[in-house]
Amino acid sequence: MFEEGHIINELLIERLNYFIYVILLMIGLHAMISKRNLIKKLIGMSIFQTAIILFYVSIGVKDEATVPIYKAHHDPHGAHVQNHESNGLDDKLHIIEPLEKEEVREYANPLPHVLMLTAIVVGVATLGLALALCQRIYQGYGTIEEDELLAKLERADARTSISPLVKSKNSSITRPLAGDAGKSKVKK
Amino acid sequence: MENAIAWIFIFPLSGAVLVSLLGMNLKKICYPISVLSMIGSFIAGSLTLKQAIESPNHEVSYILGGWTLDQYPRGVGIEFRADLLGALISLVVLGVGLVVSFYSKIPVQEETPGKEPLFYSLFLLQITGLAGICLTGDAFNLYVLIEVAALTGYGLIAIGSNRAAAATFNYVILGTIGASLYLLGVGYLYIKTGMLNMVGINEEIVSNGLMDSATMQVAFVLIGLGILIKMAFFPFHAWLPNSYCNAPTTTSSLLAPLVTKVMIYVMIRMVLTVFGVEFSFESTLWAGVMPWLVVVAIVSAAVMALAQREVKRMLGYLVVAEVGYMVGGVWIYNYYGLIGSIFHVISDACMTLCLFLGTGIILRKCKTTHFDGLRGLFSKMPITMTGFFIGGFSIIGLPPTCGFFSKWYLITGGMVSHRWEYLVVLMLSTMVMVVLFFRLIERIHLAVNESGENLGHGHGDLGLNEEQTKFEEGPLSMVIPLVVAAAVVLVIGIYNQNVVNQIEVFLEPFNLPRGTID
Repeated sequence: MFEEGHIINELLIERLNYFIYVILLMIGLHAMISKRNLIKKLIGMSIFQTAIILFYVSIGVKDEATVPIYKAHHDPHGAHVQNHESNGLDDKLHIIEPLEKEEVREYANPLPHVLMLTAIVVGVATLGLALALCQRIYQGYGTIEEDELLAKLERADARTSISPLVKSKNSSITRPLAGDAGKSKVKK
Repeated sequence: MENAIAWIFIFPLSGAVLVSLLGMNLKKICYPISVLSMIGSFIAGSLTLKQAIESPNHEVSYILGGWTLDQYPRGVGIEFRADLLGALISLVVLGVGLVVSFYSKIPVQEETPGKEPLFYSLFLLQITGLAGICLTGDAFNLYVLIEVAALTGYGLIAIGSNRAAAATFNYVILGTIGASLYLLGVGYLYIKTGMLNMVGINEEIVSNGLMDSATMQVAFVLIGLGILIKMAFFPFHAWLPNSYCNAPTTTSSLLAPLVTKVMIYVMIRMVLTVFGVEFSFESTLWAGVMPWLVVVAIVSAAVMALAQREVKRMLGYLVVAEVGYMVGGVWIYNYYGLIGSIFHVISDACMTLCLFLGTGIILRKCKTTHFDGLRGLFSKMPITMTGFFIGGFSIIGLPPTCGFFSKWYLITGGMVSHRWEYLVVLMLSTMVMVVLFFRLIERIHLAVNESGENLGHGHGDLGLNEEQTKFEEGPLSMVIPLVVAAAVVLVIGIYNQNVVNQIEVFLEPFNLPRGTID
């Protein structure tokens, strides 16, 4: 069942990380789109971003590899520093001999992890800003349920988008004596 | 100034830090600092464009941290790369930023009193992010800069009313989905090519023959989808009109001309530089599907714009329709279409700026942007309304304005590549724009109320009393930027050939089909 090339092998062992990240991604997307509570939407957003971070971290994994810091016997600085102690800032010191292919294999690729540090920072900033927005919305409208919020927003929009002509007519109705004057003002 | 490209970022970035540190105690210092740093940045941008035009291979490359291309392979170190396209669009970004920073003095004081330091530091960071998107040569850095621009954009919109905060929430959710999908796509690119440098990715695709690789197809779809969400392409446009309509005046004048246009630049960059013409147009299904999506997008946005009764909201839907034009220009896969698309990015930024600056002055004077509240405004504010309508005529596409020439190239592109559906939709939406703006002109010049009833006695009589037609122009610090923006619309229109020449030089190496007229 788990031999090479078998579909179950591919699903469960070779590409398990991709399936996990896709499932998490979909959970996040579903929460963002279909949940009605703003905070739940944000939780979905966090899951969504975390899934992508997991994806990047998992592609940087390498079997039997160590952290990308020179092992003692590969370290080009160790030898150089002793030889050039007098002029330590020699330019040659900065040109590092590239490692052999075999040697490179012993190290994991640090780049995906470094990229994800930045992405985590971006994610934290987004989440913080979105929570602050939630607070503003709660202060302004007294709810973080999307349905209630939309109803309130619609009422508010309808109030502000009334034509100024209609507004002046309405105000003239409330003052019956000034009604005729208001109308003739418009007609002139 | 050999390192002009780096100064583009140093000015607004250090300006933002200064404003947020000093501004808390000295509120008056915020405005001059931001104007000064925008001037510095604009000069650096012009120098970069000059260098790019003069250099033999038409690009300026600057790798941060002292890495050089001779000693290390491409992809080591983070590259800023200004080819003609990037330099042109970044100059547009900086120019719009400069004009809006002049304009911002009064609206920022009136609409967000006491928050000037916060506002200006976000403003300058926004410019840094947008200019960075245009000039970076690294796919992952592009993601970070997109998020810098987006996060500051959320802040700039929500700094206004509670209504704006509620509108921003949708923007945050959709914007995050878009940017995250882009990031995911970059991950797939990295798996396959081991590169994050844009030119490096393209070199790997060509040299390893990755045209038919499924991974690259997935990357292309994810990146494309992410960018389409970010640029408010029709089915994903829901966040745009609400947030721009409720944002403070300065914010909407800055974001509406720039954010969507810069994302179209990213799409052009991805299609041409990163994936390459052959991959984008010939080995994916997108080239067949996108023109039809564009048709749907333009028609729906135009119809929704027609249904609006408020100038600011109507302009929001116009921005969505214009996005459809430019996306269409790219995906009809034609030399002239792409010239039109790139030129339209430039001209649309200028004319949208004109319209939003004008709307800001109207909003300040009338306290409303409803069509019915605009009666008699021409006799009251002739300069403002002239500036506003120069922007409007450019959106319609009347000759001396730049909108005419960009639309001309788009239509030529549609014609020579036999995309008749695109052509028909462009004409249709032009007619809708004519209706939109002439309806406004009617409201402003003729005395007709909502039901078509005549209110005046003809000959320019608007049924308004003396007080309502008195000359009362907006403050100079708001009117002068509008006049400058209107002048730029006309100047780019008259000197369009100079801009188009540079775009042609940029497009030369890509061997796009030129089509035939038969």
